[in-house]
Amino acid sequence: MADLDVTPDVTARPLGDPLVVLSHVNKHFGDLHVLKDIDLTVHRGEVVVVIGPSGSGKSTLCRTINRLETIDSGTIRIDGTELPEEGKALARLRADVGMVFQSFNLFAHKSVLENVTLGPTKVKGMSRADARTKATSLLERVGVGNQADKLPAQLSGGQQQRVAIARALAMDPQVMLFDEPTSALDPEMINEVLDVMVSLAREGMTMIVVTHEMGFARRAAHRVVFMDGGQIVEEADPETFFTAPRSDRARDFLSKILTH
Amino acid sequence: MTDDSFTDDSFTDDSKGEPVHQGYLDDVSTAFADYDVLGAFWVNIQLTVYAGLIALVLGTVLAVMRISPVPSLRWAGTTYVTLLRNTPLTIIIVGCVLGLWGQLGVSLGTGFQQNFFRLAVLGLAVYHAAFVCEALRSGVNTVPTGQAEAARAIGLNFGQVAGLVILPQAFRGAVAPLGNVLIALVKNSTVAAAGSVAEASVLMKEMIENRPDIILTIFVVFALGFVVLVVPIGLATTSLSRRLAVAR
Ligand SMILES: Nc1ncnc2c1ncn2[C@@H]1O[C@H](COP(=O)(O)OP(=O)(O)O)[C@@H](O)[C@H]1O
Ligand SMILES: [Mg+2]
Repeated sequence: MADLDVTPDVTARPLGDPLVVLSHVNKHFGDLHVLKDIDLTVHRGEVVVVIGPSGSGKSTLCRTINRLETIDSGTIRIDGTELPEEGKALARLRADVGMVFQSFNLFAHKSVLENVTLGPTKVKGMSRADARTKATSLLERVGVGNQADKLPAQLSGGQQQRVAIARALAMDPQVMLFDEPTSALDPEMINEVLDVMVSLAREGMTMIVVTHEMGFARRAAHRVVFMDGGQIVEEADPETFFTAPRSDRARDFLSKILTH
Repeated sequence: MTDDSFTDDSFTDDSKGEPVHQGYLDDVSTAFADYDVLGAFWVNIQLTVYAGLIALVLGTVLAVMRISPVPSLRWAGTTYVTLLRNTPLTIIIVGCVLGLWGQLGVSLGTGFQQNFFRLAVLGLAVYHAAFVCEALRSGVNTVPTGQAEAARAIGLNFGQVAGLVILPQAFRGAVAPLGNVLIALVKNSTVAAAGSVAEASVLMKEMIENRPDIILTIFVVFALGFVVLVVPIGLATTSLSRRLAVAR
């Protein structure tokens, strides 16, 4: 666990209208029922931490929200609009939903700067010069401004993940999804990524974050959602969830991650 | 060297009225002076370059079809590769020349030579495109799925994901297998003989028929000619594939 200051400074801010709304979402992989009747509403400016044992469906949940995975039934709305099928509308929606992966997934053949300018120039039709300016300031903001011309493989994991965050931010998303953004990192690099995420939360970004970093949850999250076996078992504010979980499954899970 | 190899069959250089009997080396040098060996190899090089370029484009299109989300495109790509890869090249070349031109009257140029040459290029290209496609697919397999997902996640459409993210990395991961296809193409260019294109193997056969006394030398010279063409390709692709490898 990263050692973060735990003052809940973000959570005092009032929340906006519903931005991401999942209702009765079901998803199967063959016979496996991975998402079971999921209902989840995330408000504008809200930071939701999703936590739960491996295989409980957290990644799948994230991936359905920008339709990297399709769903079998139910609806997912972003800012009132239901997720489109394929085509232009879907591309536009994906630009509205930023995604950060556990394994960074930076484009390995492109420089750090090109990684960040690709989306704005190719999807939003921004001019190269404008995209460059924007990318440079985003890279500066996540603390890797001096690495712009390097290839991803030349960066540390923590730096790569911060570039990945800049790449997602370059599309001006309405909501950011983080799927275990620090689990692939060496311990000494976890905080540099979490710090960027905390500052994003402070600036009012709507965020859905799959993570087991309790420090981050306590410091930045409005709400913790506990998943197990494809279901949302329990939701609470971070302090309540970590100190007084209601369900046995959450208690059991917390005892495991606290003692390892 | 002269072009009129049929008319000049004399085994001896009688300009100085010397006796018929000569040394083996003299035999060889007069024989090779009479035939345009370099010109014949030049035909193979041209067949390889033109067919290679067309096969590269067609093979890329096929590879994109095979990784596309559209089932009918995937099916068409797979069917093409299965059919072409499993048909003997000789049959494809003969099919192009005798079938397309002889039966259907398809002509790709003016004059027999140009027409046969182009039909042979077509046959070589459509055949090797199937192998280019497979080489590229092995390159696609070197690209982690996360690359395509990240590309989709920022809103790129399928064409952009393929063209900007997957294929550039796939080509760099497929340099070695693509080099193997090129090497096969150089050697297979001799099959154009089946389509009446006068390339190196045709000349070799002709020389052997006319000069049975130096068969072995003729054979070695032509074999070495192909080795000289092929070896640098192998060396170049090996070093290129190391230099272009995508660092991950
Ligand atoms: N593409 C897939 N095909 C089949 N099963 C999958 C696929 N992706 C995930 N799963 C299965 O779905 C379940 C939930 O996976 P996931 O959402 O990755 O869980 P988590 O992120 O909570 O660890 C797991 O049992 C996993 O094996
Ligand atoms: Mg996961």
